[in-house]
Amino acid sequence: MPVVIDHRPGKQVTPPPVKQRRDPAPSRLQYRLERMWLTPLYRRVLRVGVPGFVIALVAGLWLSDEDRRARLSDGVASVVTQVQSREEFQVRTMTIEGASPVVDRALRAMLPVDLPASSFDIDLPALRLQVMQLDAVESIDLRIKPGGILSAVVKEREPAILWRHARGIEILDASGHRVASVTSREVRPELPLISGEGADRMTEEALALIDAAGPILPRVRGLVRRGERRWDLVLDHGQRILLPETGAVIALEAAITLDRAEDMLGRDISAVDLRDPSRPVLRLGIDARNTIRQARGLPLLGPDGSVLPETEG
Amino acid sequence: MAELYQTQRAMRNIRRAALQRGVIGILDIGTSKIACLILRFDGTGTFRETDGVGPMAGQVNFRVIGAASTRSRGMRRGEIETMAETERAIRTVVAAAQKVAGVRVDHVIACLSGGRPASYGLAGEITLASGKVSDHDVASVLAACDQPDFGRGREVLHAQPVNFAVDNRSSLADPRDHLGNKLFCDMHVLTVDGDVIGNLVQCIRRCDLELAGIASAPYASARASLVEDEQELGAACVDFGGGGTGVSVFIKKHMIFSDHVPIGGNLITQDIAQGLRVSLPVAERLKTLNGGVEATGRDDRDMIDVGGETGDWEADRRQVSRADVIGVMRPRVEEILENVREVLDAAGFDYMPSQQIVLTGGGSQIPGMDGLAARILGPNVRCGRPLRIDGLAHQLTDPSFSSAVGLALFAAHPQDEWWDFEMPADSYPGRSLRRAYRWFKNNW
Repeated sequence: MPVVIDHRPGKQVTPPPVKQRRDPAPSRLQYRLERMWLTPLYRRVLRVGVPGFVIALVAGLWLSDEDRRARLSDGVASVVTQVQSREEFQVRTMTIEGASPVVDRALRAMLPVDLPASSFDIDLPALRLQVMQLDAVESIDLRIKPGGILSAVVKEREPAILWRHARGIEILDASGHRVASVTSREVRPELPLISGEGADRMTEEALALIDAAGPILPRVRGLVRRGERRWDLVLDHGQRILLPETGAVIALEAAITLDRAEDMLGRDISAVDLRDPSRPVLRLGIDARNTIRQARGLPLLGPDGSVLPETEG
Repeated sequence: MAELYQTQRAMRNIRRAALQRGVIGILDIGTSKIACLILRFDGTGTFRETDGVGPMAGQVNFRVIGAASTRSRGMRRGEIETMAETERAIRTVVAAAQKVAGVRVDHVIACLSGGRPASYGLAGEITLASGKVSDHDVASVLAACDQPDFGRGREVLHAQPVNFAVDNRSSLADPRDHLGNKLFCDMHVLTVDGDVIGNLVQCIRRCDLELAGIASAPYASARASLVEDEQELGAACVDFGGGGTGVSVFIKKHMIFSDHVPIGGNLITQDIAQGLRVSLPVAERLKTLNGGVEATGRDDRDMIDVGGETGDWEADRRQVSRADVIGVMRPRVEEILENVREVLDAAGFDYMPSQQIVLTGGGSQIPGMDGLAARILGPNVRCGRPLRIDGLAHQLTDPSFSSAVGLALFAAHPQDEWWDFEMPADSYPGRSLRRAYRWFKNNW
């Protein structure tokens, strides 16, 4: 209470209203709502179901318009391209290691985009699969290095052998895979030549045979696959060594040993038949046979192997 | 009687359903405070040893997950006076307990302290047709108890078979399969005013809760505060409440008597308010903080500021000595104890083999209470605290919560009541299909 009471009109001090104490009891509605909130089903519906439904509804309504959908997809696409075409993702140069000029050119031509391009546009696995289609390439290691360099480390196939077949001459590597085609034998004279159907599948054996033929290598013209099962070693002067199906290298080594010892191949022999390893057979040349026949007094043979008519002197 | 049987059976079924769901509420509606405990039953009964909760008294298969208590409103002498106010108080306490527990409570077990309880000891006997006691013989001996006239509007709250006897073999707890010619039983029936129960049921129903059981408050607090030996050998539990003092007598683990003295702590507060001319809240504070029943010389010098908000300086600066407060309280406490003595005399407590008296309830916390009670009631007096139950907060373990804890035990392990047995076939209405079924079941 103030000490001096002012009685002038409008100056009376109104006593502060008595504070009504709030009833601590929850109202019936509040009580029921609280109990409902404690019910697990309601709780789940209100906390998950309703917000989810509202979000789905708003998104559905907003997306129901064609223009908005188009704008949204355009916006997303533009953002994606903006990010992808950033300076940090640009690929400027392509470095190729270990490739011959031909493969180098082919590789550059295979790149689906023109450099500089974003690294997101270069599909390295697909490009690698595409490059692996080239016969000359054995393996390739493609990667994008920092600094915008597309690096390709190529391992090319080593040409090991020439294969002559009905459609031309091909270069094969040691495993028999095609490397390239050539027009004539003279293009790669340093490579051994094989021919015959299925010869490309047996290149390893052919190379082993060529290795084994070391001393007579200058005379070797090539290897012929016979009936897709065995090899003939063809020498110059029309001589050939018929090798067995199995143990061809051992048979050839035996033949070479014979040649060393007795100069077998220097004589007039048209073929050495080693198909049965236990019983090597030599086919003599015409001159040799005629010499034998002359000594025995038999009629001579002509170049085609037929008996010549008896002639005087 | 059949109607009561049906309603009590229905409540038992609700209680069973609530236990199946695992959550049940305990509502102790007293005159001075309302307490609500929310129990979770895990059903397995696996024993968890947590700080002093032992496995013995059957309090292991539940734990308290939420508890709250608030000031009671609209109650007088253990009865509902203003329904709306009591309903608000129930809402407050249930909402608070639910908030703590985080679960919704649908089923509650309540207790009733007022309603002029009256105890009856009934006796019944039947002749055993088969020479052997079977299940339906137990039911029919219970039904054969001769009922006195309970009076108009009285409802049976408890009807517990206390003792069975076959021929001359008495004090059997479970007479089934005993051989004999006659089966006797003693049943203790506690009746209360039907309208009081009706008001309570109505109040609880208006809070969207379902009543799964109802017990008498003295019975519940005795179950919580009497130890097993006392229940077995004989003891009386005196529950000093706000609106009244409940007395229950136990022997052989059964309640055999219960009564209610309608003088309680609120009357002591009122005496202090009148005698010392202070407001009721101040009187309540004086009683709880400075009260007592034994005055010593020091209490004369112990001056207490009464305080007040009246605006009168002289009145607000008044001081009373603690001896004054004690001088006001003591006659009233003595009167309560004298009344309890009369009740115990009426119950024949003096003839019990063991005369242990356990004081519990909020009023038992008055300092010197046990000394005064020992002088008036008998030598064996102790102040009892409720049994420890799992998960109950420490501030809810004092004696004033013993009836809430006892209700929790009652919810977990109710004692057999008359309605837990199958009703004998001849008390079903005639031509009932169920009667035929029972007859077939009993006779083949």
